[in-house]
Amino acid sequence: MTRDSYRLTTLLLPAGIFFAAFFLLPLAQLFHIGLTGKQGWGAYTAIVTDRNYFSSLVSTLGLAAATTAATLIISGIAGVFLQRNRFPGNGALVAMLTFPLAFPGVVIGFMVIMLAGRQGLIGDVSRWLTGDKIVFAYSMAGLFMGYVYFSIPRTILTVMAAAEKLDPKLEEAARSLGASTWRVVLDVIIPGLKPAFISAGAICFATAMGAFGTAFTLATRINVLPMVIYTEFTLEANIATAAALSFVLGAVTWVVLAVARTAAGSTVAAAG
Amino acid sequence: MTDSMKPLAITLTGCAKTFADGTKALEPLDLVIKSGETLVLLGPSGCGKTTTLRIIAGLEQPDAGGTVLFDGEDVTPLSIEKRNVGMVFQSYALFPNMSVAENIGYGLRLRKTPSAALRARVNEMLGMMRIEKLADRRIDQLSGGQRQRVALARALAVRPRALLLDEPLTALDAKLRDALRIEIDELLRRLGITAVYVTHDQAEAMALGDRIVVMEHGKVAQIGTPRDIYQRPATLFVADFIGTMNRVAGHVAGGAFVTSAGSIPWPEAPARATEAMFRPQDVSIADDGAAHLKGTITAAFFLGDRTRLAVDVGGDKPLILEAAARRDFSHGDPIGLRIDPHGLLSL
Repeated sequence: MTRDSYRLTTLLLPAGIFFAAFFLLPLAQLFHIGLTGKQGWGAYTAIVTDRNYFSSLVSTLGLAAATTAATLIISGIAGVFLQRNRFPGNGALVAMLTFPLAFPGVVIGFMVIMLAGRQGLIGDVSRWLTGDKIVFAYSMAGLFMGYVYFSIPRTILTVMAAAEKLDPKLEEAARSLGASTWRVVLDVIIPGLKPAFISAGAICFATAMGAFGTAFTLATRINVLPMVIYTEFTLEANIATAAALSFVLGAVTWVVLAVARTAAGSTVAAAG
Repeated sequence: MTDSMKPLAITLTGCAKTFADGTKALEPLDLVIKSGETLVLLGPSGCGKTTTLRIIAGLEQPDAGGTVLFDGEDVTPLSIEKRNVGMVFQSYALFPNMSVAENIGYGLRLRKTPSAALRARVNEMLGMMRIEKLADRRIDQLSGGQRQRVALARALAVRPRALLLDEPLTALDAKLRDALRIEIDELLRRLGITAVYVTHDQAEAMALGDRIVVMEHGKVAQIGTPRDIYQRPATLFVADFIGTMNRVAGHVAGGAFVTSAGSIPWPEAPARATEAMFRPQDVSIADDGAAHLKGTITAAFFLGDRTRLAVDVGGDKPLILEAAARRDFSHGDPIGLRIDPHGLLSL
């Protein structure tokens, strides 16, 4: 070993130890526990073979993808608007939008129930208007609403920071060539915000994959992976399955994000 | 170019601009830009030249009462995307998510040009700007000069009615700036397109402009050909802004201008002149007997082909003149100067 690489190894050692102790070891342990059940590797294959687990994986992925898409659309529009237009109360509004960051999932769930639950505001209004009481808090729709609500603050600040760096001359150049407002959005603003969308979307997606508190507050019927893990772990005491599902949840999320980043990679580099 | 149409004439009447915060960027301006001419808007930053260009482009609306006419047709309410003008920016403003060819073809794509015609036109523009080899490059792989060529090709590809250039050479280094300036000049002459060119660089303005509009504090200081403006500046500001102008204080007496450092023969002197102005090239160095003015050298800059001298003759600012490089000058040397009477001006 040369002197330089020796020194480099020494310098990297603390980070390496930390990484091993708090990431690799627990993950390996989790993976190992997944194999200790009586079904062995079956705990891992169950995610595809067991109809219930598989459907919960699919619905979790669907929910996370829908949440990410909705959040990016809302934060994209709102973020660019808030960055471009200075009006009285602008700062206060931005601060308020980031408010939900501090709420635990339970509080978000509670708010969804107050809005769309059996005694909720939406139900009252809809009964008054049509006679039918609309209640969707205890389903995927309620969960989706809660997730979008707490994802917006995570993405809107990133979008605003990126919108500030957009070159207004690019938009003027596009317009001088005959681009309508909509074309400018499509050809200049969205490509310009793409790196921000990817990083904010990744955080949003991962959070929605693993969020638990809101689902737990809303209903026991909701079939998302974190709820299944919780049920397996505490109610069924099926620790090996819970561990295997946890590992799969992490792995699937990682794969989706890696694919998304690779697919966007070439254009992101080009935007530099 | 295939365009047989007569180039656009642009008329601005009473175009003023006050920004939302109350700053007055432009006083009411009347301006006629003739068909096919290259008009340069010249002035220091904040003089209103870019605002004028943006009003012509349709990126800014003039204050109420101002109108912009394209060939006599009122286009004031039209926004830029409806005016069909080509724009070139200091920062190039090329789309980073598109290749060179895609950038050039963008305006044609918006016009739903059939793909064969689009490709032919893009190739024609690539050839015209001599950047054929760059067609498939990404924008971040280009140098500044290449980027500005792509920007010109992109602006011209759609056959705009006029070309508007906002300090297109300012971001380039000096050598490249000169080369591209010559290229732009040739291009504008060849296409015969009406062009409005904004710059703060007087050398660029003199080289490119059929006419120059010198602007100061939101107002026109002088409009004229480069020769007019250089030889007959209308105001002190124009005299100082275009090239170097020497000024000495004194009074007229007996066909000469009398100063504290000597008197300059000036048969056509206006009787009430209190200041004589002349360019460095109208000053020559003379022996004591033949000298009009006597002073001392306060600075000498050897420039290779010549030496630039600053000479104190008792005024606020030293006189600037140029001497042959062969002679050696040093700080504090006395020097005698002769002024060519044809070069004398007063305001």
